[in-house]
Amino acid sequence: MRRFLRPGHDPVRERLKRDLFQFNKTVEHGFPHQPSALGYSPFLRLMAIGTRSGAIKLYGAPGVEFMGLHEENNTVMQIHFIPDQCQLVTLLDDNSLHLWSLKQHGGASELLEEHRFTLKGPPGSPPSATQVTAVLPHSSREVLYLGTESGNIFVVELPSFRVLEDRTITPEAVLQRIPEDNCNRRSCELVEALREHPRNPDQILIGYSRGLIVLWDLQNNKATHHFLGSQQLENLYWQRDGSKFISCHYDGSYTQWPVSSDNRQPEPLENTVPYGPFPCKAISKIYWQTTKNGLPYIIFQGGMPRASYGDRHSISVIHGSQQTAFDFTSRVIDFFIIFSSDPAAEFDDPSALVVLAEEELVVIDLKSAGWPAVHPPYLASLHCSAITCSHHVSNIPLKLWERIISAGSKQNIHYSSMPWPIDGGTNIAPDPPQRDLLLTGHEDGTVRFWDASGVCLHLLYKLSTVRVFLTDADPNDNMNTLGEDEWPPLRKVGTFDPYSDDPRLGIQKIYLCKYSGYLAVAGTAGQVLVMELNDEDAEHVVDHAEADLLQDQEGYRWKGHEKLKTRDGPVRFEAGFQPFVLVQCQPPAVVTSLALHSEWKLVAFGTSHGFGLFDHQQKRLVFVKCTLHPSDQLALEGPLSRVKSLKKSLRQSFRRIRRSRVSSRKRRGGSGNASEVQEANAKFDQDALQEMELAPVQRKIEARSAEDSFTGFVRTLYFADTFLRDSSRHCPSLWAGTNGGTIYAFCLRVPPAERRMDEPVRAEQAKEIQLMHRAPVVGILVLDGRSTPLPEPLEVAHDLSKSPDMQGSHQLLVVSEEQFKVFTLPKVSSKLKLKLTALEGCRVRKVTVANFGSCKTDDYSENDLAVLTNLGDIQIISLPFLKLQIRYPCIRKEDVSGIASCVFTKYGQGFYLISPSEFERFSLSTKWLVEPRCIVDVPEVTSNNHVHKSGTENAARKSSPGDCGEDERKSGRLMEHALLNDEKVLKEIQSTLEGGR
Amino acid sequence: EFRRFSLERSKPGKFEEFYGLLQHVHKIPNVDVLVGYTDIHGDLLPINNDDNYHKAVSTANPLLRIFIQRKEDADYSAFGTDTMTRKKNVLSNVLRPDNHKKKPHIVISMPQDFRPVSSIIDVDILPETHRRVRLYKYGTDKPLGFYIRDGSSVRVTPHGLEKVPGIFISRLVPGGLAQSTGLLAVNDEVLEVNGIEVSGKSLDQVTDMMIANSRNLIITVRPANQRNNVVRNSRTSGSSGQSTESSLPSSTPNILGNLLQGEEESDEEDIIIEDSGEPRQIPKAAPSSESVESLSQIELLHESTQNGFLPSSEMNLNHSAGSISMEYEVPEPGRKSLEEDGTIITL
Repeated sequence: MRRFLRPGHDPVRERLKRDLFQFNKTVEHGFPHQPSALGYSPFLRLMAIGTRSGAIKLYGAPGVEFMGLHEENNTVMQIHFIPDQCQLVTLLDDNSLHLWSLKQHGGASELLEEHRFTLKGPPGSPPSATQVTAVLPHSSREVLYLGTESGNIFVVELPSFRVLEDRTITPEAVLQRIPEDNCNRRSCELVEALREHPRNPDQILIGYSRGLIVLWDLQNNKATHHFLGSQQLENLYWQRDGSKFISCHYDGSYTQWPVSSDNRQPEPLENTVPYGPFPCKAISKIYWQTTKNGLPYIIFQGGMPRASYGDRHSISVIHGSQQTAFDFTSRVIDFFIIFSSDPAAEFDDPSALVVLAEEELVVIDLKSAGWPAVHPPYLASLHCSAITCSHHVSNIPLKLWERIISAGSKQNIHYSSMPWPIDGGTNIAPDPPQRDLLLTGHEDGTVRFWDASGVCLHLLYKLSTVRVFLTDADPNDNMNTLGEDEWPPLRKVGTFDPYSDDPRLGIQKIYLCKYSGYLAVAGTAGQVLVMELNDEDAEHVVDHAEADLLQDQEGYRWKGHEKLKTRDGPVRFEAGFQPFVLVQCQPPAVVTSLALHSEWKLVAFGTSHGFGLFDHQQKRLVFVKCTLHPSDQLALEGPLSRVKSLKKSLRQSFRRIRRSRVSSRKRRGGSGNASEVQEANAKFDQDALQEMELAPVQRKIEARSAEDSFTGFVRTLYFADTFLRDSSRHCPSLWAGTNGGTIYAFCLRVPPAERRMDEPVRAEQAKEIQLMHRAPVVGILVLDGRSTPLPEPLEVAHDLSKSPDMQGSHQLLVVSEEQFKVFTLPKVSSKLKLKLTALEGCRVRKVTVANFGSCKTDDYSENDLAVLTNLGDIQIISLPFLKLQIRYPCIRKEDVSGIASCVFTKYGQGFYLISPSEFERFSLSTKWLVEPRCIVDVPEVTSNNHVHKSGTENAARKSSPGDCGEDERKSGRLMEHALLNDEKVLKEIQSTLEGGR
Repeated sequence: EFRRFSLERSKPGKFEEFYGLLQHVHKIPNVDVLVGYTDIHGDLLPINNDDNYHKAVSTANPLLRIFIQRKEDADYSAFGTDTMTRKKNVLSNVLRPDNHKKKPHIVISMPQDFRPVSSIIDVDILPETHRRVRLYKYGTDKPLGFYIRDGSSVRVTPHGLEKVPGIFISRLVPGGLAQSTGLLAVNDEVLEVNGIEVSGKSLDQVTDMMIANSRNLIITVRPANQRNNVVRNSRTSGSSGQSTESSLPSSTPNILGNLLQGEEESDEEDIIIEDSGEPRQIPKAAPSSESVESLSQIELLHESTQNGFLPSSEMNLNHSAGSISMEYEVPEPGRKSLEEDGTIITL
């Protein structure tokens, strides 16, 4: 009865709960799913990425990141920062414009949407009239130029988004000054590009899709120059001094155009098809960057020969005689160049090329010889091979941390040493409280070690298990092998490689002991590798043992995949985790559970057939236990047979339909004619269809039985030093829980350290518990005399945990998908239970013990269970009394992969995949909260951007009052300086000021 | 063998405690016994729960005569009306077990020995339009055998009729428990599962709840066919008409009482096998067992069993309420009370 009363009306406990628990989704790690737009502000040194789901993410220096979400969840098409402002404008695919601002609030900056706006044409005009194709935020910061499909260029005021109708640049106005024989109305359709003159803000370059380019004078509202391109235009770029610009075209060519005051219709200086002469793909974007040594960098996207390389995603960099076509692993969304942002500088002097591809971010160092890639501190592509599992280890000892970093640094030698070039904003978040590792297992047999301590999930080290096995595809790296005279000079960059050579290599379970550096990794084909951290390269033989989990069962045939072939003889391993023993489960079914005890030097593993214990010190199999129900054919035959049987049943049902159709035809055949039969058939089809539509989704209600399939599937393994047999002596033990609600407990005898190599480890089954509700066992835990979970192996030895209380009686906590149960030990009697499913209709998917500290006092902390259910809720359940403390909705229940990927940390945080490439980080704790906290200040502008644009003083004065003063102060100082030096300058300024008025 | 001791009439305590006391008094802590008493009509009636124990204590005049009998040797036919007058037969059966050729009787004994069956429960506290069905899977090999689906039902709300999503029984498997009991039917709306309302829960959630409770599933339904409802006189037609459309009464704790009790007593215990021995049920960790100890600290004479019978005893409850002291007497075997009362087992 008491269980059904609402829990917790104890005010003291309620207050304590508020100090302990708090749910926050703090930060998204990894690479945004389906990026669709890129923007960069050289002023703020921030990069913005928009996605197809309407998210916008800003990144600066490591730790500086912001996220915003458009309410409409529409694709972000373009992102433009307002020059010299903490503002940006996004264009979505519903043709709406959004103004975002970085505002300081409570000591940190926040990204907020300020305005939204959709361009409206006159009533009755087609939608294309106002479909925005090009956006130009003017350097005056007060207007946006919006090029449209119709060819009109609308001017809207910022930040109000008021359309200044009198300033609209219509195609008619443009055509006025252009000889009619060259152009007609159609030449001015679809504005492809809008570019402001780098030195004269009163001039903008307008590029129309059909090739016409016009230099427009905003002051006088007229075209001063026009350039007739013969090819369809893709994009434009000004040279830094404004004397030339470059256009790129659909046919894979680019053209340089001179801009001089005397020639109103100049001819192109140079027209090149870089990858000609055969037809090439379009060059969609181009940069022209000047350097001190005179040789410019020309950097463009696309332009590859259509027939042979049309499928490549390339960006080419040409600098003098050097030319490289960077070949990306996925479609290029957009790119930008980081160059000298100092407006007074004479040259661009590009330093880095930043490329946003669909699946990863690649940054190329243009300063260093060979243009190496830069290792990004964030935006890591978690999914470069699909993530198959993850494992989190909190509070890594410094020693191990340094060794992993050192192993990783040896792998990263081909990266540039350049500091991360996107370094805007200041990270003001406190230093991460501890060193945390997130290990991800991947489909290609690799394990990646991520620094998960802070906001930036950063790759430390990558471990590959492939070398132990013989695979079809030899890891003969053909990356970066570039022949001297190969044309085009392609060079593969990026790490995204979703194609696994062999799905059997996939990593399924990981267990790292942070004290000893032992790592156990288990995979899809029943392989279990035990590894040790070695700081040096080494060549050695990997010991090999087989564990036959079907030992006594006769006459079964495994129809699933074969085990992986191993490499004979010594294998060379690079510094890092090096495997020294391989245990191969037979049948080679996927390893479903894994546990490692580094103190006893034992590793336990389980599959759908049973589990085994291996002594990795003596390299000897201690025992195996078959958990298979003899009638469970499905588990025996392996995964492939399931597919077969599905196919078979499909085939049968089709046959059934056909047969019934034939019989119905036969029945009517005697009396009717062909049309009747047809009619009957049609009716039958209709009926069948209707039946299918009307048949409601129904669920069978049936108790679980011992004969169900996959009851032997080993779900969890657990080592504990506890009172298994009698209450006077504790001993090492191994616990295993299965899908059918069975728990096996084995009493282990581990020889003392001095005889560890001489005597064998012995195991004896001591207990077998059958939960009558037969739900899968997902967690086993032993609580000591103080009801504290037993510490991890070696934790006490390293003085990091109080030794467990071996005086009081121990308790066994069993978590099944449906219930939490506490039993006494050594005599098993049931003490407490919480029937979660019976009460709430949800099932346990993930469970872990987490330590929660109070945010009010440092000296209070408690252990609770953090539970994720199949409905995506997170519940915190107290230990040892199993009282529900609090519940938070976290993941959508439809997001099955998100729920499956969730890992909890030991301190009440967690991660789950929100897309194949992104982890969402959340926190249940008030104390352990890792979230971005950063400030973006308007940088102190040492030399004003607009000093050379003296004509815009009036414009500057009109800008918003807040920064107006600041601006005037700066320009004032500069003018003062000028005054002192040159009277002529003063006069000039005065005259322009007057002229402006 | 006889024992005599006193109990406080006004505070007889629980049956379990009494049972423990009996075991203690007879020094037979681990022997299962049947307990009977003679009522005012001279019938031998069983004591096996709190209710009939209290009844027995309250009717004692002044002595309560108790008979205990080792369970495996028990003669269940001994209980019932006129048992005392049939004592001769009883006695002869007892004395000549080899003649005992009666067909075995149906066992009526301790609650845990009953085999619960599926039934309609809580008729008295539910609206007439609702039916609470307990499907008892224990002891049968029959599958539960039904399916549920999503659907919508009409409710009366302050804003008028409203369509709300509901869960319905969609199919009964022939030969399944659900069908064979005849208590559930297709299109019955499921309102509660083991006392938890299903409104607001998804089909999958309700499925999981039912499977989690599958050992002792209690479903409250609104039958699709409302003509077979139990009509109670106490209710006016008006009120039942209202309750037709309303959901369950809000006084759920009362309603739940019965359910939970049912759940508690029928909750399956998990099974443990120790050291590859025989499987047995996992007991509940007993919170305390000192009550028996405190009740009596009496040295008992103990006689060995004869003829496979446990020595039975006769106890007299002291009539004087409030007396704490134990009056206790060990009669000699063959005392006249034997002849008088003709217990089934005493020698």
